[in-house]
Amino acid sequence: MTSLTPQNAQLDHIDDHGAEHGAEHPDHRMFGLAAFLVADAMTFAGFFAAYLTFKAVNPLMPGAIYELELPLPTLNTILLLVSSATFHRAGVNLRRQNNERCRLWLMLTAGLGLAFLASQMVEYFTLPFGLTDNLYASTFYALTGFHGLHVTLGTLMILIVWWQCRTPSGRVSASNHFPLEAAELYWHFVDGIWVILFVILYLI
Amino acid sequence: MTITAPQKTAPASPSLQPTGWLRYLSFSVDHKVIGLQYLVCGFAFYLIGGAMAGAIRTELLSPVSDFMARDVYNQILTLHGTVMIFLWIVPVVNGAFGNYLIPFYVGARDMAYPRLNAVAFWLIPPAGLMLISSYFITGAAQSGWTAYPPLSITTPATGQIIWILSVLLLGGSSIFGGINFIATILKLRRPGLKLMQLPMYCWAMLGTSILVVLSTPVLAGTLIMLSFDIVAHTGFFNPGMGGNVVVYQHLFWFYSHPAVYIMVLPAFGLVSEILPVHCRKPLFGYTTMVYSIMAIVVLGLVVWAHHMFTSGTPPWMRLFFTIATAFIAVPTGIKFFNWLATLWGGRISLNSAVLFSCGFIVNFVLGGITGVALAQVPFDVHVHDTYFVVAHFHYIVYGGSVFVIFASIYHWYPKIIGRMLDEHLGRLHFLLTFVGFNLCFAPQHWLGLNGMPRRVAEYDPQFELVNQISSAGALLMAISTLPFLWNVIASAFFGAIAGDNPWRALTPEWLTSSPPPVENWKGDPPLVTHPYGYGTPADEIDLNSASGSDLWRSGQ
Repeated sequence: MTSLTPQNAQLDHIDDHGAEHGAEHPDHRMFGLAAFLVADAMTFAGFFAAYLTFKAVNPLMPGAIYELELPLPTLNTILLLVSSATFHRAGVNLRRQNNERCRLWLMLTAGLGLAFLASQMVEYFTLPFGLTDNLYASTFYALTGFHGLHVTLGTLMILIVWWQCRTPSGRVSASNHFPLEAAELYWHFVDGIWVILFVILYLI
Repeated sequence: MTITAPQKTAPASPSLQPTGWLRYLSFSVDHKVIGLQYLVCGFAFYLIGGAMAGAIRTELLSPVSDFMARDVYNQILTLHGTVMIFLWIVPVVNGAFGNYLIPFYVGARDMAYPRLNAVAFWLIPPAGLMLISSYFITGAAQSGWTAYPPLSITTPATGQIIWILSVLLLGGSSIFGGINFIATILKLRRPGLKLMQLPMYCWAMLGTSILVVLSTPVLAGTLIMLSFDIVAHTGFFNPGMGGNVVVYQHLFWFYSHPAVYIMVLPAFGLVSEILPVHCRKPLFGYTTMVYSIMAIVVLGLVVWAHHMFTSGTPPWMRLFFTIATAFIAVPTGIKFFNWLATLWGGRISLNSAVLFSCGFIVNFVLGGITGVALAQVPFDVHVHDTYFVVAHFHYIVYGGSVFVIFASIYHWYPKIIGRMLDEHLGRLHFLLTFVGFNLCFAPQHWLGLNGMPRRVAEYDPQFELVNQISSAGALLMAISTLPFLWNVIASAFFGAIAGDNPWRALTPEWLTSSPPPVENWKGDPPLVTHPYGYGTPADEIDLNSASGSDLWRSGQ
């Protein structure tokens, strides 16, 4: 601060988080996000543990229906795995300062996310059981619903990033690609959770 | 530079922050302000929770339910436990002292994520007010701080749902704080400061934060499932619908046993800071202290089912969890003896901070011994859900954590405020608290061994006299708060000026002015590689090879 304008003078004694100090510190945001995702994973771990314990200890009540079809969730798995790849391509293109291609890949990723949610909705409406029908039905909806909430949030993040990298000088750009990378890490995490969920709920 | 400057000041939100005392009521991002916000807010809730404890002990003066109705007793009991755990001890030993001290200890100017830090604090007051107001709206939750189903499903739903919401908010606050501490300790250390040179409180907070991040989300998920059972009538934990109550207990204790360490590990760290300063000796066994903390973190995650020995746990589970729990006594014992060895032969100045620290050591070893006893299945089956358990955990959380909170206030008040506390009032406070605490809770061991159940407003008349003794102790504890309150308020205006370093301490927070400036130091942060180098020239201490034991043997 060479010229001490009144604005600057005010900032000097306020706190150390004004923009002027931001550049001094290394960026630890990704570390914080990773730690948060560990916590988030533990929430899922709790749900999974509950489901597996129910499965091991509590037999299905007589007359209760709990039948799952495989085709739709398999399609969902493919949708999410492909979306992880397309998100990665978006990041590569952003770092190459190719914002147009980046936005194309982002839109594709968001589209895949929305397709996943739509397909999940179709599954919900065609299943022969509802939320409160029996223990397994409740756990099924709780697990897939909590995961679907994550997909919804992730899709919103993608759309925000898509909006913010309209121009090479936008808020998300080759020089500031943290928002995209954060959304990408989160998206990969949500995909990974789905794979575990798919194995536990549908395959075993 | 003059061209870029206006651009940089464009985000004007920081300039909205007040600078005087008003900043303690604002969304401040200064870690010292946030630390004090945690401390004062926590103490306000301690007074509320203490008033509830007073109501409980008043009710228990007589064997019949006369002071309040039975359901009101259940509500007060639930609120007392929840307020004391989630709004007093956890926020104060973690949030208050962690926020105030950790950036100093790692040589940073603030926490890693200052805004997240402020968010974490500001989740607490609304959650606490919501929790307490539920009592006045429709009646608070009645199922205890454990909220075991089916009790929590069958008691009135509104209070229980408000309870769940506020615990979820407090859990979120705790997780945000934990992420912040991990990042600050691991990533924000000043260059040249190695992990094994950090003050012990950093290690305690690192271990605690790992526990917070790993276990609190499980509680959150469990409470969401419980709220589904209450609101949407699912059957996760409802045996009538094929659900399983024991699964709730497993998931709940997967958080709530580590929660004990979340409350007591930071206290271990704070005591390890206070004792060396006032004994003028290095902390004994630094390296073993560090490994003990990490061992407690690992073991603390795999002992939860010792709370469930009467819940139909199979024999293999009883065996595993008994052994795992007994193992925790090893690292805890190491720490206990390390503190004794730190005191041994030191030039102890027996001020209020040390008195409370020594009170902690005495109380904690008593609570620890009953804890090991409770981990043994044959004993636990007899005293489960009796007053023996109440006595045990109050020896840990009050005799342990709360004593350390007071010790820490006496120790760091001169740094925080810049004035000394009154020693005479401090010693009176200690005397009243120590006598009152032991008078209140020691008889409860006897009550429990003789079969008085916990959490019930009425009891067998044969227990009346001992309950009255216990209530007299509670009254003494309530009175003990008065000299403390007077002391902290009056000393802020009339106390002797403390100076920068009244204790002649070596840890970094004392190497700046009192109270410290914004950004902690004028100029560069000091590099403190030997925070416990008392009685020895700093360059003679080799922490890697010697730690405390060699120094002790060589008579230093």
